[in-house]
Amino acid sequence: MSAPKARTFDVAVIGAGVIGCAIARRLALEGASVCVLEKADDILDGASKGNSAILHTGFDAPPGSLEASCIAEGYAEYLEIQERLGLPLIHSGALVIAWSEDQEAALPALMAQARDNGVDDVTLMTGAEARALEPNLSPEARAAFKVPREYLIDPWSAPLAYLAQAIALGAEVIRSAEVTGGQFDGNVWHLETTAGKVRAGLVINAAGLYGDILDQRLVGQSSFSIRPRKGQFVVYDKTAAALTRHILLPVPTKITKGVVICRTAYGNLLVGPTAEEQDDRARADVTTDALKALRARGEEILPALKHHEITAVYAGLRPASEHKDYQIKAHDGQNYITVGGIRSTGLSSALGTARHVFRLAVGLGADWTAPSDPPWPKQPNISEASPRDWQSPGNGGIVCHCELVTRREVEAALGGPLAARTLAGLKRRTRVTMGRCQGFYCSGALAEITEGRLVTGMAEPADE
Amino acid sequence: MSDLPSHADVIIVGAGPAGLAAAAELGSAGIGSVLVLDREYEAGGIPRQCGHSPFGMREFRRILNGRIYARRLTERAIAAGARVYTGVSVTALHPGPSLTVATPDGIKTIAARHVLLATGARESSRAARLIGGAKPGGVMNTGALQDLVTLRGLRPFHAPVVVGTELVSFSALVTCRLAGIRPVAMLEPGPRTTARFPTGLFPLLLGIPLEFNTSVVSVEGRDRVEAVVVSGPSGTRRIAADGLLLTGMFRPEATLARAGHLVVDPATGGPEIDEFGRCSDPDFFAAGNVLRAVETAGWSWAEGRAVARQIVRALSGDLPSPGGTRITLAGAGLKYALPQRIAGGPRPAFDSLQLRVDQAVDAQLATTADGQETAVRRLAALPERRIGLPLPAAAVSLAVTLTERT
Repeated sequence: MSAPKARTFDVAVIGAGVIGCAIARRLALEGASVCVLEKADDILDGASKGNSAILHTGFDAPPGSLEASCIAEGYAEYLEIQERLGLPLIHSGALVIAWSEDQEAALPALMAQARDNGVDDVTLMTGAEARALEPNLSPEARAAFKVPREYLIDPWSAPLAYLAQAIALGAEVIRSAEVTGGQFDGNVWHLETTAGKVRAGLVINAAGLYGDILDQRLVGQSSFSIRPRKGQFVVYDKTAAALTRHILLPVPTKITKGVVICRTAYGNLLVGPTAEEQDDRARADVTTDALKALRARGEEILPALKHHEITAVYAGLRPASEHKDYQIKAHDGQNYITVGGIRSTGLSSALGTARHVFRLAVGLGADWTAPSDPPWPKQPNISEASPRDWQSPGNGGIVCHCELVTRREVEAALGGPLAARTLAGLKRRTRVTMGRCQGFYCSGALAEITEGRLVTGMAEPADE
Repeated sequence: MSDLPSHADVIIVGAGPAGLAAAAELGSAGIGSVLVLDREYEAGGIPRQCGHSPFGMREFRRILNGRIYARRLTERAIAAGARVYTGVSVTALHPGPSLTVATPDGIKTIAARHVLLATGARESSRAARLIGGAKPGGVMNTGALQDLVTLRGLRPFHAPVVVGTELVSFSALVTCRLAGIRPVAMLEPGPRTTARFPTGLFPLLLGIPLEFNTSVVSVEGRDRVEAVVVSGPSGTRRIAADGLLLTGMFRPEATLARAGHLVVDPATGGPEIDEFGRCSDPDFFAAGNVLRAVETAGWSWAEGRAVARQIVRALSGDLPSPGGTRITLAGAGLKYALPQRIAGGPRPAFDSLQLRVDQAVDAQLATTADGQETAVRRLAALPERRIGLPLPAAAVSLAVTLTERT
C-alpha cells in the first residue's frame, strides 16, 4: 500500500486497457497531469488482453455512429504516429469472403456501407479472383470484396507505447489499485483505492468490463450494463503464416464479425474469435469444443491448415453492452466522463476515442496548456515487421528459443516505470513462452530470472 | 561467440545424446573440424535435467544418473576433438549447406560440408492438446519441471495432477519425489499404461491413484492452478490441485526443417530421411528424436553414432547416390515408418524399418516391393511401443500395409 497521493491530478483515468492508455496519452499531450489507476497487478489485463490485432478501417461500422467516427479518427492517428512510437504496421489488406448465396447477395450492401464510412477503395471480385490473390483459399469461396487498407498491428506494443508516452509526459500509473469509492466535492474528486487515496479534478471511467459497476460506485447510476461476450482464438505455428497474406473476413452478422483468419505481427496465423455471451466478467476460459470448432472452420477456409500445428490458444472478453454503439458520456457538474461499451473495436478506435474524450473534457471546462515539444519514446520492437533484438550484439543470449526473446529484452521488460509485474505482463511485453513449445524449454531459465520480481512467482526454492 | 568459426567440415545442431555421439564418432574417425552447437547453456540435452538413473548401459556399460551421463557424453565428444558451443541458437538452414546462428554477439553464418540435425523432441503443450479452462500458472510439461527441479532447485507446485503414462511420465514422478512434490492423481486417457510393465506399479508404490480412461476437461484458477476437472468412467469430477503436469505426447523439435527447405514427413513430424540418415537435401543428415518421437537416450545415441559413420562415408564420396523410393503406408493404425526412403546400397545406418502404431492393433503386416509381398507377419502392438521390420531392399515401389487378419 503506497501512501496517499498528496498532489491533486488534473485527471484520474480508471482502467489501463488500450482505451485508458490512449486517453492517458492524449490528455497528457494536451497538458493534463494524469494518474492512471488499474485494479489488476499489471496493465492490459482485462478486455485488452485478447483481441485479433487488426487495425480496422471501420468499413462495416454503423455509418454515423460514434464507433465509426472514433475508428476513423483512431485509424488515421495510428498511421500518423506509429513510426515515431516504434510501432509496426503490416500492410495485409483484407478480403471479405462470401461462402453462400445469401452472403454473396449481401456483398454490394456491405460495400456501399464501407463507402458511407469513407472506405471508398473496396473492390468486388469473383471466387476465382480471390483465389488468384490467395491460392490456399478453399474452392468454396463464392465471391469477395477487398478492403486494401485493413492492416495488422502489434496489440501489446501499441497500448504500452501510448502509456509510455504519457509517463514520459509525467503521468503516474498505479497498479493493484481498484477504485472502491469516491466523492466529488464540487471541485475535486476524492477517490478511494486499494492502493490509497487519489485526488483528481476530472475522473474518466475507462474500466472496460467493469464500466457500469464503476459508474454506479462513483455517480450512482449507469446508462448501460456490460454483457461480456467471450471470443476464443487459436494461434497456429509460424509455418502456417505463409498460407494467407490478406486478413480473411467473413460476411458479418448482427452479433459478430465472425471467424477471421489473419497473420499476426509475431509471424503466426490466428483463427477466431467465437462470440459467446456470459455473465462472468473475470473468467475467459477456453473450451475444447470451441477450439476444435475453430480449427475445423479454419481448415474449411484454408484446407492446408490441417498440416500445421497449433501453438497457442486464448480467450478474451469484449465489454459489450445492450447498446449497439459506444457509450461515451460527460456528466455535467460532476467532472466525470464515462467511456463504456467499447465492444470489439477498441484497439482500432482507441486513439480516436481518446481525442473524443479530450473534446468532452474541454466541454466540461478543462483548460490545459499542451507542452510544445513532447517526448516520443520508441517502444522496443517485438514484431516480425522490423529487426529483433536477437539479431543485434550484446543481447545477453536467447532465453525463449521459439520466439527468440533475449535476456536483454526480458531484463528491460522487468525494469523501468512500467516494469512487468506478472508473467502474463512479461509475455505481453516480450512474447516469452508464447511460442510453439509453450515454455517446455525456457520455463526454468525464466523462473530463475524472474525470481522475486513478479507478484506471483513461477516457482519457489525446493527446500522450503 | 567471436571465436565461432565461419566454416567446418561437419556442424551438428543439438548437443544431446544423438549429437554428442555423432561428434565423438566423427572426431574418432579423424574428421578435422566438427562443431556441435546447442542453444542451451550446457551441453547434454534432455538427460542432463534427469536427476535419476538409468542412463548409460549401452554407452558406458554402467548405470549412471542423467546429469553424469550427459557430462560423460560431452567429455567424450570433446576428447575426440569436437568443439562444443553452447548458448548459440541455429535460426535457419540454407542449401549449401550453411546455417544462420544467433549468438549473444548477434548473427553469424557458418558454412559446412555436411550438417547433422539432432535437435531432439519435446512434449505436447497444453495448447496443442486443446485443454479447456482458465490459464493460471502451474501448467507445464515434464521438460520444464525437470529443468526447474534438477538444474535450478526450484519447485513450481506441491500437489499436481499428472497426465500420461509414458516412460517420461514415470521419470516425472521420480523428479516430483526428489523435490518433495506429491502428485494427487495420475491420469491415462487410454485403457492401460503406455510404458511397459512394471512402470505401472510405480505410482502404486508412491501411493498415487492411477486412473485409466480419464482425461482433463479443464483447468481452474486465476494466478495458480486451483483444481483440474477430469472426465473418466465414473463421470466428471473436480480434483483440487495446484498444478497440472502434462507428460509425453512428444513431437520432434523439427522447426528448422519445417521452416527451411527440407521435406518433413507429416507422419513423424520430423525430416524425411533415407536409410543412410540423409534428408531430402543430401548435405543434411538427421538422427535421434528429431526423426520421430520418442525413443530413449541410448537409442538416440546409437542412431547418432550410426549416422555419423555415414557422414564419414559422405565426406569421402563413398555413399550411394541419394533419391531412392518413398515407402508408402496403408491401413488404419499405422502411424509411421522410418526411414521413409530407401536409396539402396551397402552398410546403411538404419538396418531395420522402425514402425509405430497409433492404436492397439492385432493385424497382418505386409511389406511389398514392386507389387510382390516380400515379408508378411502378424503384428500385435500397442501405441508408443517399438516395432522393427527388416529393412526392405531397393525397389521401384515399396509399401507397408496393415490389414485385418484373415
